[in-house]
Amino acid sequence: MAKDELINKFKYIGTRPNRPDGLDKVTGRAKYGADFNAPNMLHAAVLRSPHAHARIVKIDTSKAEALSGVKAFVTRADFPTGLKGEDFYLQENTIAGDRALYDGHAVAAIAATSALAAKDAIKLIEVEYEILPHVTDVDEAMQSDAPVIREGAQDHSVPEGLPPNIVSYMDFGHGDLEAGFSEADLVMENTYKTEAAHQGYIEPHACVGQLGQDGKGDMWICTQGQWFIRKMCAAVLGLEASQLRVTPSEIGGGFGGKTTIFSEALSLALSRKAGGQPVKLVMTRSEVLRATGPTASASMDVKIGMKKNGQMTAASAVFRMQGGAFPGMAPTGMALECAFANYHLPAVHHIGYDVLSNRPKSAAYRAPGSPMAAFAVESLVDEMCRELNLDPIDVRLLNGSKEGTKSSFGPTFRKIGLIETLEAAKSHPNLNVELGPNQGRGIASGFWMNHGGETSISMALGEDGTVTLSIGTPDIGGSRASMALMVAETLGIPYEDVRVNVVETGSLGVNEPTHGSRATFAIGKAAVEACNEAIKEMCQRAANKWGIDQEAVDWFDGAAHPAGPNAGDFPPMTIKEIGRRMGRTGGPISGHHATTFGGAGESFGTHVVDLEVDPETGRATILRYLVVQDAGRAIHPSYVEGQFQGGAAQGIGWALNEEYIYGQDGRLQNAGFLDYRVPVASDLPMIDTVIVEVPSDSHPFGVRGVGETGIAPPLPAIANAIADATGKRLRHLPISPPKVLKAIKEDS
Amino acid sequence: MMSNIHVTAKVNGDDVEFLCDPRETLLDVLRDRLNLTGTKEGCGTGDCGACTVTIEDRLVCSCLMLGVEASGKSIETIEGMAKGDKLHPLQKKFVEHAALQCGICTPGILVAAKNLLEKNPDPNEEQVRYWLAGNLCRCTGYDKIIRAVLDAAKEMREAS
Repeated sequence: MAKDELINKFKYIGTRPNRPDGLDKVTGRAKYGADFNAPNMLHAAVLRSPHAHARIVKIDTSKAEALSGVKAFVTRADFPTGLKGEDFYLQENTIAGDRALYDGHAVAAIAATSALAAKDAIKLIEVEYEILPHVTDVDEAMQSDAPVIREGAQDHSVPEGLPPNIVSYMDFGHGDLEAGFSEADLVMENTYKTEAAHQGYIEPHACVGQLGQDGKGDMWICTQGQWFIRKMCAAVLGLEASQLRVTPSEIGGGFGGKTTIFSEALSLALSRKAGGQPVKLVMTRSEVLRATGPTASASMDVKIGMKKNGQMTAASAVFRMQGGAFPGMAPTGMALECAFANYHLPAVHHIGYDVLSNRPKSAAYRAPGSPMAAFAVESLVDEMCRELNLDPIDVRLLNGSKEGTKSSFGPTFRKIGLIETLEAAKSHPNLNVELGPNQGRGIASGFWMNHGGETSISMALGEDGTVTLSIGTPDIGGSRASMALMVAETLGIPYEDVRVNVVETGSLGVNEPTHGSRATFAIGKAAVEACNEAIKEMCQRAANKWGIDQEAVDWFDGAAHPAGPNAGDFPPMTIKEIGRRMGRTGGPISGHHATTFGGAGESFGTHVVDLEVDPETGRATILRYLVVQDAGRAIHPSYVEGQFQGGAAQGIGWALNEEYIYGQDGRLQNAGFLDYRVPVASDLPMIDTVIVEVPSDSHPFGVRGVGETGIAPPLPAIANAIADATGKRLRHLPISPPKVLKAIKEDS
Repeated sequence: MMSNIHVTAKVNGDDVEFLCDPRETLLDVLRDRLNLTGTKEGCGTGDCGACTVTIEDRLVCSCLMLGVEASGKSIETIEGMAKGDKLHPLQKKFVEHAALQCGICTPGILVAAKNLLEKNPDPNEEQVRYWLAGNLCRCTGYDKIIRAVLDAAKEMREAS
């Protein structure tokens, strides 16, 4: 049966029940990272470098240790040596070695009997620094005379003779670029820059770590992935992974930033030194901004060739991205893969540089790399549409990727929904609204490849016929509801009969985090497989009772049925009946599935924004905003819309306001929510959504991940709307009021 | 060592007493001394609103007030919003409208929205947006939050 024909057969998929954890979360009962306490618990505080780059000459903790209540302190000397690759960088980011590499880099940590005592003690640590030259801008870091952040950190991909801060290089594409550009009627090339933005989750990182001298430990933590935390903490501390049990709390936002470790291993190291007393470590907002993963900043050259009718003939991109002082953190490769994914291009070429700078270690942020790439490419496409007087949606429809298109990054696309999002956007009533003076409309599309990944899941039947689903991916935005809907649909039982638990690392095999827009896709797919295993067993129990073959039993509407008149005339055996008798008919019934999923269906989206620019202040007010995105299949449409709206709001913030601002001294100037300004309720209008459903053939219900794509189009859509409103093209984010005002005033 | 100070106050209608360091904020006291962890800390500088409570019916960021300043005051937190097993209409509407994703900002937003509806039972969209402008939400883009507040206001008006 074709997936599209399934739509009317669903009983639960596509409905909007209340989320199972809703009551806990509106009453204040839900337990987040900082809400957990343990008996005999200590509190940690971390001393951080005030310098962007400095040699640590001496750390004197004698005064701090003399303070009443101080139980343990750690420096890098308390960690094992000889780590390699990513493990080494995780350890070095946890606590500095002989050099502090960025403003906010941890230098020492203390555990004391109260949070106030720990903070007091930190102030008494004396550190002697030798300040070294620093660099925080990506283009400056690539100069041959820039301060060198790491000697010998270049990998084999870097061509000889490039400056040492360039640690990785990529170069890929297909087709004859020169021929493509020579066929074009218009070739345009421009440079675009984006600044680092922070994920901005409202819950700061928090954990309680406990580690004994026997190497056995426990951690309670707000994270997107408890197994990643286990693996990384174990590596940094030289522990055996299975001896560390990590329990995820509810999580107060992550957006990619809670898929890795920053200071968590310090709580375990302190606990070990304090004889195994649990240690609570909660970051301040300033620590979150200075020392946890912002995204990379980017400097990008894009060149496109286009015929008069809008047909694109060739495109090339050179992306330079810094991911902080640690190699491999800039999402340059993914940015390049996303850059031209929207377009069918006979010739395309990409060059990328991963560059070190004296900034914190970047972490994933919603569709890592895609928003920057979209800003550069979708801005330039818009500039060319204006130059050739072409409709930007029509140009995208003409060139848009569809099933069978060889993608810009290599593989041929299977069934995808970009064209459908463009058509839905084109016919949306928002596009018929006439714009007034100083108003502009911007359009852009975006892409994310989506992800499957390592997955392990269990479901178990209760004696009353209800079902428990144990999953390893923290619920960051309502995913328990989606899982329960898919289980209910598969088993044919009420949504309310399914309890979804997010479990600790001892309860399942390894799971990757809730990342890459994978949870509803991969965990949902595994849940269906686990349920099918249980269905097979339940059919067997019925077959045994009826004395017929298991193949002669069908499962639907929550019960086993004889497959047809030839199978015999037996009344259906319900899941409740099977559950009640299972102890006597062969034992507990459960289903399990463990695999690494590939083949996630890609998600494309198209956004349209209308805004008004105040010519006196340069401030842009969003008048209306439309998100159209392909979800494949919306399991719980409210939470799909929520992902669309949340992604759009984050992209709007990145486009208009948010940026990491470094001073000449290399220190972060805006390490707080007052100056790092994320959108507030009065900054935004309602965000209109259209869910397009072009089912993916790699998921039993057609699901594509929906979380990431939505953050990419807002950056260029807003730049395009500003250009429409003012006639000024701004190619450096954020497009803050002073920049807009300056551009407007240049005319007069 | 600084001496702790003895404080008495009312929280969610109940008499409470606690000892606290004069440097501890009201937020620290609620969470660490009184075990009322429904009130969240997002920034500690009064910028995010996750720690919003009411004191004598006035909205306050509890991270900006000292615990000792609560002496003799009446404080309402998220834990006092439902009456027994009866949810406040705002709590009900937030779940129905999917107005929360991660849920960390939800307690502060609910407390702030309740205070708004007590002062203005019939706010328009713009009034709700400006009233909640001090409460950051990073997940939702605010759309469903605003709809939930407007819908709860409507239900409360119709019920009264």
